[in-house]
Amino acid sequence: MAEKINIDVKKVAELAKLTFTDEELTVFISQFQAILEYISQINELELDNVEPMASPLPWTQRLREDNLQSAEPNTPESNQKMALANAPRSKNGFFVVPKVIE
Amino acid sequence: MKLYELTIKDIAELYRKGEATPGQVVDELIKRIDALNPRLNAFISIDHEHINEQVKKAEQMLKGTSPHPLCGVPIAVKDIFTTKGIRTTCGSKMLENFIPSYDATVIEKLRHTGTIIIGKTNMDEFAMGSSTETSYFGPTLNPWALDRVPGGSSGGSASAVAADMAFGALGTDTGGSIRQPAALCGIVGLKPTYGRVSRYGMIAFASSLDQGGTMTKTVYDSALLLETISGFDPKDSTSANIPSERFTALLSSNLSNITIGVPEEYFIEGMDEDVQKAINVAIETMKSLGAKIMDIKLPHTKYAVAVYYILASSEASSNLARYDGVKYGYRAEGSTGLAEMYIKTRTQGFGKEVKRRIMLGTFALSAGYYAAFYGKAQKARRLITDDFNNAFKQCDVILAPTSPTPAFKLGAKLDDPLKMYLSDIFTIPVNLAGLPGISIPCGFTDDNLPIGMQLIGKQFDEKTILNVAYAYEQATNWYKKKPNL
Repeated sequence: MAEKINIDVKKVAELAKLTFTDEELTVFISQFQAILEYISQINELELDNVEPMASPLPWTQRLREDNLQSAEPNTPESNQKMALANAPRSKNGFFVVPKVIE
Repeated sequence: MKLYELTIKDIAELYRKGEATPGQVVDELIKRIDALNPRLNAFISIDHEHINEQVKKAEQMLKGTSPHPLCGVPIAVKDIFTTKGIRTTCGSKMLENFIPSYDATVIEKLRHTGTIIIGKTNMDEFAMGSSTETSYFGPTLNPWALDRVPGGSSGGSASAVAADMAFGALGTDTGGSIRQPAALCGIVGLKPTYGRVSRYGMIAFASSLDQGGTMTKTVYDSALLLETISGFDPKDSTSANIPSERFTALLSSNLSNITIGVPEEYFIEGMDEDVQKAINVAIETMKSLGAKIMDIKLPHTKYAVAVYYILASSEASSNLARYDGVKYGYRAEGSTGLAEMYIKTRTQGFGKEVKRRIMLGTFALSAGYYAAFYGKAQKARRLITDDFNNAFKQCDVILAPTSPTPAFKLGAKLDDPLKMYLSDIFTIPVNLAGLPGISIPCGFTDDNLPIGMQLIGKQFDEKTILNVAYAYEQATNWYKKKPNL
């Protein structure tokens, strides 16, 4: 049986930029614990001499020249308009966010 | 027989003979969707705005010399593929109003042939789920039993095809999300080799596992859709520089040179009895068709779900960091600063399951735990892949159930994430190894629920699994059975 892992769920939430209510946390922690216990079974495996696998493909990922490739119509104005089209808030060609510095 | 009941191949044949037009077919299909979708909730949106334009274009193209067999055929698309000018939600509140400025490569390829994109289908939020119940837009129902799930995450696509609301559909498969819903809805679902189909414009969940594929009524239609959407794409750095093949032309029902491996680890305790029986009968059918059957071993199978949930959640926590309420998507109101805006946006914009996986991934990647979880899982992934490589020294194709159970009841696993995760136990290893896999109908339970059989192939050997699936389908014709709706 896998050992119990004590994790600081609030700390993980902070890293993930999420918050939970106390009620949510109670349910969450017990589910999280069960999942962690389950996934800890990989500790049974002898892995010392195994090469980690990041991609299923037998070759390394391609790189390309860092050339500008734009959509049509290709003008600075149209590109900017397209980039901002889905922004929750924008002004004068910029993304607008709440102020960062007091 | 109604027009909407036909296959893609049938429709192409009618067009070729001039016995039907895309206008007629689309009209019939829209009526069908209007009648059934309010009950099944398979579509998030129907592209009413551009339908006429698409029909006109297809009708024009059909007048040209040798039009593509998909020309004028209405296809549904999982709402994870970006469609230019058409809302793409990924099943999430986060992208409820997101209108992409570009088409995914697969969409571009379909449009080029004159395929009609009829609408966008429902899915688990960000493709995280096995039942389509985590969608912000409500669950999709299974056409075979309205109190049951269609599987997931491509449950909307599966339900739409099974209920004859589309002639075929696109889905995506990170841990079984094409094959498991195909099995639970009684259709054909093909997850190609990782790298076969471009991921450009496919909203990312777990980038080393995600792969787009096809959901159709028949094996032939899957071969046709695959040969249309696959091929090298310079816009996707993981796209394989291997030319697409004419899979339809290569179909053959001759199995005399085929050895099928049956892994003992896929016949586990707790497997549904009807599923077990149906698979055993299917193995006998394969024998009678001339295939050689042999027992094989995939000894690390039991670790696959654990490995998958570490890797997929880690990749997801990184991919989903982009949803910050700045550039696109949902933004929470009433924040006093930027940091608070991020937190509120993500807390309000993501659903429970997505948050759970982001948390799991963030944990697995965090300082002090990385080596113990993410690092080990990457190594274990190698062992699971090696199992397949060893097995394929002896056999050409691996046969297994797609899902340990038929469609389960709505709500049955929603509050127990681990139980939900285990419903993908037979499909997940295939994603970890990047192999192609297809699920095809192989019978029904006593309660008249569809059962799926999975055929797994070597990397980039879709041809062989399509052939074995085709031979079996020709001999059994399960696909002709339709749900009562």
